[in-house]
Amino acid sequence: MGFFFTIVALIVLLGFTWRYLGSYMEAVFDGRVHWLGWLERPIYRALHTSPEQEQTWKRYAGAMIVFSAVSLVFTYVILRIQGSLPLNPQHMGGVGSALSFNTASSFVTNTNWQNYGGETTMSYFSQIGALTVQQFVTPAVGIAVAIVVVRGFSRRNSPTIGNFWVDITRCMLYVLLPIAFLFGIIFVAQGAVETLAGTVSIRDALNGVTQTIPRGPIGFMESIKQLGTNGGGFLDTNSATTFENPTGLTNFLSIYLLLSIPFALTYTFGKMVGSVRHGVALLSVMVLLFGVWVGFTSYAEHQNNPAVAAAGIHSTVGNTEGKEVRFGDTSTALFGVSSTMTSTGSADASYDSFTPMGGFGLLTGMMLGEVTPGGTGSGLYTLLIYAVIAVFIGGLMIGRTPEYLGKKIQAREVKLAGLGALVMPIAVLIFTGIAVSIAAGKAGPLNGGPHGFSEILYALTSQGNNNGSAFGGLTGNTPFYNIIGAIDMLIGRFGIMIPVLALGGALAEKNVVPESLGTFRTDNGMFVGLTIGVILIIGGLTFFPAISLGPIVEQLSHGRFF
Amino acid sequence: MTTVLNPSSPDAGAHGVAQSRGLFDREILGQALKDSLRKLDPRWQVRNPVMFVVLVGSIITLIESFAHPSTFTWSITVWLFLTVIFANFAEAMAEGRGKAQADTLRKMRSETEARRLRADGTEELVAAALLQKGDLVVCEANDLIPSDGEIIEGIASVDESAITGESAPVIRESGGDRSAVTGGTKVLSDRIVVRITAERGHTFIDRMISLVEGANRQKTPNEIALTILLAVLTVVFIPVVVTLEPFAGFSGATVSVVVLVALLVCLIPTTIGALLSAIGIAGMDRLVQRNVLAMSGRAVEAAGDVQTLLLDKTGTITLGNRMAANFFPVHGHSEQEVADVAQLASLADETPEGRSVVVLAKENFGIRERELDPSHVFVPFTASTRMSGLDMGNRSIRKGASESVKKWVTDQGGNVPTDLDEIVEKISRAGSTPLTVADGSTILGVIELKDVVKQGIKVKFDEMRKMGIRTVMITGDNPLTAAAIAQEAGVDDFLAEATPEAKMALIKKEQEGGKLVAMTGDGTNDAPALAQADVGVAMNTGTTAAKEAGNMVDLDSNPTKLIDIVEIGKQLLITRGSLTTFSIANDIAKYFAIIPALFAVSYPQLKALNIMHLHSPQSAVLSAVIFNALVIIALIPLALRGVRFRAANSAAILRRNVWIYGVGGVIIPFAFIKLIDLILVQLHAY
Repeated sequence: MGFFFTIVALIVLLGFTWRYLGSYMEAVFDGRVHWLGWLERPIYRALHTSPEQEQTWKRYAGAMIVFSAVSLVFTYVILRIQGSLPLNPQHMGGVGSALSFNTASSFVTNTNWQNYGGETTMSYFSQIGALTVQQFVTPAVGIAVAIVVVRGFSRRNSPTIGNFWVDITRCMLYVLLPIAFLFGIIFVAQGAVETLAGTVSIRDALNGVTQTIPRGPIGFMESIKQLGTNGGGFLDTNSATTFENPTGLTNFLSIYLLLSIPFALTYTFGKMVGSVRHGVALLSVMVLLFGVWVGFTSYAEHQNNPAVAAAGIHSTVGNTEGKEVRFGDTSTALFGVSSTMTSTGSADASYDSFTPMGGFGLLTGMMLGEVTPGGTGSGLYTLLIYAVIAVFIGGLMIGRTPEYLGKKIQAREVKLAGLGALVMPIAVLIFTGIAVSIAAGKAGPLNGGPHGFSEILYALTSQGNNNGSAFGGLTGNTPFYNIIGAIDMLIGRFGIMIPVLALGGALAEKNVVPESLGTFRTDNGMFVGLTIGVILIIGGLTFFPAISLGPIVEQLSHGRFF
Repeated sequence: MTTVLNPSSPDAGAHGVAQSRGLFDREILGQALKDSLRKLDPRWQVRNPVMFVVLVGSIITLIESFAHPSTFTWSITVWLFLTVIFANFAEAMAEGRGKAQADTLRKMRSETEARRLRADGTEELVAAALLQKGDLVVCEANDLIPSDGEIIEGIASVDESAITGESAPVIRESGGDRSAVTGGTKVLSDRIVVRITAERGHTFIDRMISLVEGANRQKTPNEIALTILLAVLTVVFIPVVVTLEPFAGFSGATVSVVVLVALLVCLIPTTIGALLSAIGIAGMDRLVQRNVLAMSGRAVEAAGDVQTLLLDKTGTITLGNRMAANFFPVHGHSEQEVADVAQLASLADETPEGRSVVVLAKENFGIRERELDPSHVFVPFTASTRMSGLDMGNRSIRKGASESVKKWVTDQGGNVPTDLDEIVEKISRAGSTPLTVADGSTILGVIELKDVVKQGIKVKFDEMRKMGIRTVMITGDNPLTAAAIAQEAGVDDFLAEATPEAKMALIKKEQEGGKLVAMTGDGTNDAPALAQADVGVAMNTGTTAAKEAGNMVDLDSNPTKLIDIVEIGKQLLITRGSLTTFSIANDIAKYFAIIPALFAVSYPQLKALNIMHLHSPQSAVLSAVIFNALVIIALIPLALRGVRFRAANSAAILRRNVWIYGVGGVIIPFAFIKLIDLILVQLHAY
């Protein structure tokens, strides 16, 4: 019953957020929100830019790449030299080069894959100045890129698609910072730790040992971790600890935060293109797939683990191994699906201990390309790639050059959308292929056979999709996994973003074909169905063989396929 | 209101160039079989990324078959090669139909001799091949016109049946819009001097040959976009299949290379990849069957996208001529009287309007045609008098524009009846033309000449509307008349008192709004508009300028055909989209056949995925591959004919096609793969 109320509360709250945050974001990116103008204007002056200086998609992409490259170097350097930097009460030494590269790539790509334990590796300075900073800027970059594609649809005959610096400044100032600040207070009030003092030691007289309890500026990192669909926690055990996720309320708010912007952006989309119905269509695609995955995974986790059941142990409260008893099986499954399907990757349980079918839910949630609802910005722009492909096929079926929102979908758009859709599956499959073939890769997983394969596949799928959730069971902090993972993440992020920006530019240049009875409708159930079909076919057909060698064979080995 | 008559010329689809052949003509079939082997050349295959991958795959399995020979590996190899051959066959079939038409045309382009005029006016005989642009040639009765040109002197009746299939000769004369002649047509009477306007190899017939042959066929924009999508769907499956080997190897499982290749071929969109170019060629072919020559495939595709149709009133919406519809007597006279005098006035009037008056009087009032006495003098219509009539001794009768007749009557001392203006105005307001009839100084009444809207045209326009296409009628009539006809014909809008400039402005306005515009035209003054329109259909009877400006030529010169052209354009895209959907949807069943078979040895538990209960791993893989190859053959007729097209709104068309090709595409292969498996078992192959 508790689960039922959680779902209802979530739907109501997200419904309001969708409507009002969505319309607020439209105002922000249209330049109609100015309540922090005194802060905004000096930033533009310092960057020698202004909202009037619009960029072509190439300049926009150039600015985005320069910004990300600088962020990558900046983060890498801080991690390497953190031993000489302030705010290091635990006297942590510099982080190794491979791990620094992996971590910097991870945070710059909004992945937040962590091949390290935060409390044993990172100084407070690194956590705040390097990692949390990226947790603010990378969602802004993602949202900005999504806004560019939306402008592609809403503008006509326009050579320019906005100004990168203005877009990310506005996004951070008016959207991310205020919301994160507000929820940071709630998290801290609920008991999330927020201090710059170092660890505390407790003398356990009874057992004769001394325990070291890690602390740090956790609470405020928590809110942006979820809001920005980052997922990288301060502590190794992420949202499963009481320091990061102290209460049932914060657990609920975590789920709410990570779903809020990705869903709300569909309203922003609808409003910007002048048809909220079109936003609703995209929202429906997201919600339908998300709902099915939540249902499936929750059901799977509510069952017994087949391996445990085979040992003759039967639980009446679902699969509890590796779960926080505070949250329970179904709520944990909801958290897990929300986190994997939003490219967040935070965890309030051990995903490795999910049932094979539960793990299947999480893994496939990512394999669909992070569009349901996906990461902040990245969810919308990746979904639009699939929508363009769906429109192309559907549009041909009615005998017209396909159009989406009046923009003709022609060779150039198909090429860019196709490229964007290809990058992730190819990167994930090839890197997984490499990892399972060479000794350095085979040494990674804890288990052998299909489960070991699932562990590797999950790790590279998670990184390739910029999710960052870990299945566990894989020793990732090796030079091999650090480097291959970093490349996987960078390709998974920028390999999609650049074609997407080009797509936005190509669309903005086009004139609008007026709608008529002969136009392929892109705001109705048929369109939703076709888009879901394209997502399932591209995601499903490309990963089905791999999955059948992982979770499916594992489930079948233990018993009945349900 | 108006009488609706049958369209003057029934569709002359099955003559001339467009001699339609059966879908599987024996001659074409034989040639296509040969061509499909010739096309196995990798240099040819590389143009089609999907089939190229299949060819490479079949070479790999061929090598495997030699290395590890077994019935299974050989069967797979053979069927993979057949897949490529079937694809080639589909293309060759489509090309074959064009080639057959081209041969007919070539025979016609016989080597003729031309009578070239020297500068001094004497003639010399030269081979037609040596004619230069600008040369003057003389053609007399029974001469073949040696090349395309323009008549600069004389008038002749010309047999153009070689091109149009229309056996009735047409009149060609110097000056005006009927001066163009086509090489290969035959002069039947009189003498003309023609200035050659085309170089050898660039004549109309040459262009037609290369068009129907598809010699320099270029991919159309949507075809390119679709090829890219298919390449994407092919590229993505290569790593999917290639990585399966290491994936399986990690857990100690093994996979066979032959099965992996089979899986790859089944997953990539071979069905649409194999049929794509055949669909395009067949689309052009369907236009040729209707006697329309599209100068580029791009134009055919654009036709499917058209949102505004500009249609000339005369000939397209209405029959060419106005017809007498009613007689209205003025006060004090009877209808009978008007009919009688009107007929008398029209007896010598050979214009279609005049004939229609005679016919109406006969049909409605039983007034027989009377013999004209040689002493009777016909007074023809002139622009200055605006009347015509008959002088019979002292008696003069006239019919004509109301104002002119009124003046003529008052000049003779007659009176204008008080109700005349009222009647005239009433007729004008209804969109008809009034002709006032007078006998001497007495005005008897008025003839109503009506534009006759073609039968069935309103239904066509309704269909267009359903498809979201706006129809605009172009006419030189005044707005009042235009409005009445527009309403009757059911067009969405009209442009009255149209000048070439106004037409051009309308096209530009529509295009600025993002719409694609189609129009027909024949005159030289239509040329700029034909060039500006996205789809410009020039009438074959039109001037060279018009034919060069447009991107299609209608050999039947039937402007109504624009509507057919739009439908063919749509059908072409629908066929591509539907077969793409079908091709992708097929993958699901193939997965369920091949994946369990792939790991049958290492992971027997995956048998649970064998939901079709296929006999054995080998029969399962082979069944999927055989299905994949046979479906190409099965769909060739559909690709060549195009999927059935019914005018409807986009939602209805989409729903229908998604059900048939999407949902059907998911279900059908399950049934057929199972069936093929059963047959294989029956044959004791496995």
